[in-house]
Amino acid sequence: MLFAAAPEKLQTPGVEFSALLPVLILLGGAVLLMVLGALLPRRSRFPWHACFAMATAGAPIISAIPLWFRTRDDGPLRVVADAVRVDGLTVFLGIVIASGVILTCLLADGYLRRERLEGPEAYVLLLLSAAGGVIMAGANDLMVIFLGLEILSIAVYVLAGIHVRRARSGEAALKYFVLGAFSSAFLLYGIALVYGATGTTNLTGIRSYLATNILTNDITLLAGFALLLVGLGFKVAAAPFHAWTPDVYDGSPSPVVAYMASGVKTAGFAAILRVFVYGFSSYQTDWKPIVYVVAVITLLVGSVLAVSQTNVKRMLAYSSISHAGFILVGVQAATERGTRAVLFYLATYTFTVAGSFGVATIVGRTGDNAHALSDYKGLAKRAPLLAFAFLVFLLAQAGVPFTSGFLAKFYVLGAAVDSRSFWLALVAMLSSVISAFVYLRVVLTMYGEDAEDGAPTFTVPAGARIALVASVVATIGLGIIPGPLWDATKTAVRGDGVVATTVDTPTQASSGG
Amino acid sequence: MEWFVFVAGAIICLAGAIGVVTSENPVHSALSLVGTLFGIAVLFIAQDAEFLAAVQIIVYAGAIVVLFLFVIMLLGVDSSEDIRVEPLSGQRTWAGVAGVLLAGGLVCVVWFGQTTGARSTAARNDPNLPNVTQIGRLIFTDYLWAFEITSVLLVIAVVGAVTLARHRHEALVDEPPADEIPAPAEEVAS
Repeated sequence: MLFAAAPEKLQTPGVEFSALLPVLILLGGAVLLMVLGALLPRRSRFPWHACFAMATAGAPIISAIPLWFRTRDDGPLRVVADAVRVDGLTVFLGIVIASGVILTCLLADGYLRRERLEGPEAYVLLLLSAAGGVIMAGANDLMVIFLGLEILSIAVYVLAGIHVRRARSGEAALKYFVLGAFSSAFLLYGIALVYGATGTTNLTGIRSYLATNILTNDITLLAGFALLLVGLGFKVAAAPFHAWTPDVYDGSPSPVVAYMASGVKTAGFAAILRVFVYGFSSYQTDWKPIVYVVAVITLLVGSVLAVSQTNVKRMLAYSSISHAGFILVGVQAATERGTRAVLFYLATYTFTVAGSFGVATIVGRTGDNAHALSDYKGLAKRAPLLAFAFLVFLLAQAGVPFTSGFLAKFYVLGAAVDSRSFWLALVAMLSSVISAFVYLRVVLTMYGEDAEDGAPTFTVPAGARIALVASVVATIGLGIIPGPLWDATKTAVRGDGVVATTVDTPTQASSGG
Repeated sequence: MEWFVFVAGAIICLAGAIGVVTSENPVHSALSLVGTLFGIAVLFIAQDAEFLAAVQIIVYAGAIVVLFLFVIMLLGVDSSEDIRVEPLSGQRTWAGVAGVLLAGGLVCVVWFGQTTGARSTAARNDPNLPNVTQIGRLIFTDYLWAFEITSVLLVIAVVGAVTLARHRHEALVDEPPADEIPAPAEEVAS
């Protein structure tokens, strides 16, 4: 009776592999790299592992191009029983995550050689983690978002501790793991409550359920919102869930931090856009004030606490918190313009932050410990090009015109003003001014002060050199010619994209009940 | 019949729970925990939740308690602790308070709540099919993608465990003993 034969044949859903290709390439490449890792020498002059990983991360970008045009012309593809929804946003953020992986691989090669940690494992984990990120960007089901998040995070927990001969790296990994597991529990609880309130975990299902039904008692749903926001806010390092960020960024290997601040953040915001802006679009009046408050706290905490840091990696960690606040300002707008600004911000910030931590990787020297502000004294004389690259990244993060950071902030603030969140825009500008002080202090240390006698000069490994040049070109290039990227964000959110341009049914009236 | 199953399950649960807190030997505690988890599995079966019962046995009794036993064995079975010592001061009092509150809450829910014992009408539950069949169907239809990508987590677990378990014997670079500070690498040419 327990295992009674099924009366009819099971109708399994069709799987459209072309739409899943970016994820499948990343997963297949990671597994293949493990096999090749057994055949190739661990230490060789030619960076086999890094090259293979970069090719694997580059292939999804190429495979995404036909998808981009398909989703642009035919609307979103809904595959595997509607668990995956490939639209412009998925393709766009998938490309951003893959770019972050390529930059990280370029930085990691020199780092792993310097620290005598050569081997394929770091690249395998990086590719698997990126696959998790791309899964999140295409998720149309809360279960898939959760699994994507776990794939993304668990690989990064290990990557944080990959420098096994450095106690701080292990400490960072353990802190990240314990707090990350804790936040995943919040996320899962939130998913359970939302499922309880709406009867489905499918985001399209939730969206249409909330748009067509009036809940007489929505306390379960609102508690679910709050817990989901805690779980996702942790991943993107939004205050007050940011406490792990400085310690983990400081202790983790610098190239891994470049990935954490670019890929992990991008995937986290992809999930936030999916869940809140798309799934809960008819409950905007309920979640927008919460995101508003979180954005304000994040902006202020990030910029104010960065001021007192004397360690450059910790300072960049706080600055990444403040940037998460800026991106939340765009999320909070919950308009087409806001989502476009979020996409633009994520794309440009990926290059800027990867470049910043790339510089930190090199200045950190063997042992990855020289991250104090004093280690940057007179960098302009010792390594002029390196100092110039860092100058560009810092100015971009401060939001100086003719860099991509200025336009990213400009678009986000424009979206906030558009949706009449004037005070939020004001707080964001204030936080930008406070942050500018932090970045300028590093610039002054590099250019104004003389190096101590016997301070080392740096030879930048070839891979890191490519990464830094690419990041500088992207940062300045997108600052001067933002048009193509800004138009691409329009295509990404267009039509049946994530943004609810019209709220179908006025369900707000029921929210008090 | 249901009454008999409930009483039997409850006795196994409670006996196991008492065993966990009173055993002096940690191995006995862990094995008593298996009893409790098994009793809960019996109660699940009595509620027609066969899937939960199987998961309860496989995951909790099978995997998690075995993990506990591994840790206990690795730390040494002989080191039986004096259970009169409280690592956190007053933990026994607080545990009592929390237990009473939880039990009180449970009684309140049963007493004042509107629990009818009827099946939920909103849940997609086909009373004619056992829930193992229903879950199996969902896994291969609606949640196919979620089910497939779970395998990636297993790959990450294996790779991660191997990666972190290597090189353990080598000296740390950030807290080196005074006499063996690592030599500067070739990149640092000053």
